[in-house]
Amino acid sequence: MKINNVILRTVTKLVFFIILTLAVYLFFAGHNSPGGGFSGGLVLASALVLLFIVFDIETIQKGLPIDFKLVAAFGALLSVGTGFGALVFGENFLTQAFDYFNIPFFGKTELTTVTIFEGGVALVVVGVVVTILLSISEDE
Amino acid sequence: MVQGMLVTALTIYGIAICISVFRIIIGPSLPDRIVALDMIGVMLVSSMAIVSVILTTTAFLEVILILAVLAFISTIAFSKYIERGTIIEYRRDD
Repeated sequence: MKINNVILRTVTKLVFFIILTLAVYLFFAGHNSPGGGFSGGLVLASALVLLFIVFDIETIQKGLPIDFKLVAAFGALLSVGTGFGALVFGENFLTQAFDYFNIPFFGKTELTTVTIFEGGVALVVVGVVVTILLSISEDE
Repeated sequence: MVQGMLVTALTIYGIAICISVFRIIIGPSLPDRIVALDMIGVMLVSSMAIVSVILTTTAFLEVILILAVLAFISTIAFSKYIERGTIIEYRRDD
């Protein structure tokens, strides 16, 4: 049975980028307000789930050839790597460092290694959620 | 005056959410339950907006955005389950 869902596909192409913007906002707002790597990763995974629901697995994997198990593994490596990076400088495990830098366009900016740790957490969440959803939905 | 109106609206939203939960429990068919779930999502978004007006804070605005996104995706998933029988297809037929 052929179903005409052109409205849903057109809306999805627009809403996908709105959800991605929300995910990036939540990721960077996590520094000193609600948000962070875990919730930003969950919103990012929900955007990918919307694409997988509206289109099909074959189309998305042709346009976005990413193995999400590798994404999860790389995120875990990144998170634990920032923890072990503190051991190199003689600090305790998972000690995070921050400092203020003068960046030409943004002015005085605080750069910290917590952002790298949170990015790893976000990658783990995206990889694990998408892998679980694709594994339980495969029927052949 | 305005405070009383906001609290009254919040109370009416609470009663409406209770009625929708009743519809989800006894709903005779699946589409009734899905419409009731979507209604609960919309009413939670509205009551969150009223709560942030009452408390004069902007801390709940992310809650509104995420609830709206999740209600949208869950409604699409349930509708596709009714229409097609599967949620995520491997290959599109048309």
